[in-house]
Amino acid sequence: MITVTDLTKRYARHTAVDHISFEVHKGQIVGFLGPNGAGKTTTMRMLTCFLPPTSGTATVAGFDVLEQSFEVKKRIGYLPELPPLYPEMRTVEYLQFVGSLKGLSKADLAKRVEYVCERCAIADVKDKLLGKLSRGYRQRVGLAQAIIHNPDVLILDEPTSGLDPKQINETRELIKSLAGDHTIILSTHILPEVEQTCEQVIIINKGKLVATDSVSNLQNRARGAESLLVEVGARNGLIDPAKVQSRIELVSGVTRVVLKNKRDSRSVFEVESRKGLVRGDLARAVVEAGWDLNELRPAAVSLEEVFLQLTGDVAAAPAEEAVPAGAK
Amino acid sequence: MRNVWIICRKELRSYFVSPVAYLLLAMFAVIFGFFFWNILGFFIREGTEAMMSGQMFPMNLNERVIRPLLSNISVVGLFLIPMITMRLFAEEKRTGTIELLATSPVSDVQVILGKWSAAVVLYGGMLLLSAVNFVFLFKYGRPDWKPLAIGYLGLLLQAGALLAIGTFISTLTKNQIIAGAVTFAVCLLLWILEWVTGFDTAAWARVMAYMSVITHFESFSKGLLDSKDAIFYVTLIFLGLFLTARSMESLRWRS
Repeated sequence: MITVTDLTKRYARHTAVDHISFEVHKGQIVGFLGPNGAGKTTTMRMLTCFLPPTSGTATVAGFDVLEQSFEVKKRIGYLPELPPLYPEMRTVEYLQFVGSLKGLSKADLAKRVEYVCERCAIADVKDKLLGKLSRGYRQRVGLAQAIIHNPDVLILDEPTSGLDPKQINETRELIKSLAGDHTIILSTHILPEVEQTCEQVIIINKGKLVATDSVSNLQNRARGAESLLVEVGARNGLIDPAKVQSRIELVSGVTRVVLKNKRDSRSVFEVESRKGLVRGDLARAVVEAGWDLNELRPAAVSLEEVFLQLTGDVAAAPAEEAVPAGAK
Repeated sequence: MRNVWIICRKELRSYFVSPVAYLLLAMFAVIFGFFFWNILGFFIREGTEAMMSGQMFPMNLNERVIRPLLSNISVVGLFLIPMITMRLFAEEKRTGTIELLATSPVSDVQVILGKWSAAVVLYGGMLLLSAVNFVFLFKYGRPDWKPLAIGYLGLLLQAGALLAIGTFISTLTKNQIIAGAVTFAVCLLLWILEWVTGFDTAAWARVMAYMSVITHFESFSKGLLDSKDAIFYVTLIFLGLFLTARSMESLRWRS
């Protein structure tokens, strides 16, 4: 449905998107993952014909974004990061305007407006001014706007940013329910979001493609090892971190122990282990050795760590840069 | 054509849901009314004086009322036009709705024509409202309607040209105030360019004066349809809209 080949966007000073290639098949939900400023929005803008690429090609439903942009525009629905709403319009008026702009006939228009209001649960704000809607409703009207002409491809730029947890869940469910009829690309910098909604994931960083993979593969890579934070204290007097460390390393299943933080009477370790029931053994080992177990909790797997795991070279890059700075 | 109408209708709607349109209509009506009353009052006093002194020179309504009135109104237009055009693109850029227009299956030219024609329609509405004043003129006097119609055509053409320039300026910034201020400065400049002939009649001065939008209104206010002047305005309209189109295109390459 979408084919991207060596897509590049260069600005005067920097390259926002650097030779990205990927493919999205019909009916898939694809997560576009990367930290802020990775080039997600720029890529999406090129796919929606808002920005022309510097080099490389992208085709949507078989049409080139540069050469046949009119055909592409007819087939995509786009929700930018900020829903493009006119504050002085009422919801229904706005949807009618967008619908007619996308080329719907008068007869279809009424039906589609009715349908998207139902689908996106915005029927109760039909006659409200868009400027007066809450963030969650604005986002849903934005989604309604994107699907009004029943496009083949939906491109959603951070559809859940700025929403409260309940709204985030509702929006994710809504997006998932749309997947059958549309091919969806959604961008996010939140890992769990990809896990919950997407089948396929495209990871980019600093404009470069880092990995394209299925979500389950990504999860395996990220969660193959479990990471725990352990804080150990001593009731009286000082604690010898080296001693504690060697004790913890003896616990079966533990693969790596790193001392993170040390104070007089307590120290914090990050413990990596194979998946399994390590926590019980770990706690027992600490307590039986006469120390206090102050804290034992899973270390959050951040997106950054996934990046580091996925790409050795990307992780190494900042370190290399740091060397000349230190040498001066 | 359908797309142009869709955009135009949307723009007109947003003029009329905000106070902008009503404010402009009211201000124009009041100022027009004042000029009308003023010039007519002057005309009547002159007429009475002429009668008392026994002179019976012909008092021509077209020459003595309509012409100075339209000349004054053409200047008033310069002040109101920035208020009509300043939000056209600046607002869309600020709120990000420009992305919706740019990713919809409509061409830039359709968007531009839609927005510009909405501005022209609003200005046309202002002119239409002002025509009420002439009802009195036709009721109590016998002016020729053809020069009046040509004068109004001139006003519309002149406004069309300035609105096109204002539309262009609105694409250059996200800030309505800046768009309005720059448009106002340009409109003012296009008016006072005419003044250089006051102290110099060299070729350069005449060229500059020729570029003034007021110079070309002269013939319209007299009720003469001079193709040279009409073409000047039409050219200016095309230039303004062309620049708008280029600016929108460069927006994509830069942003």
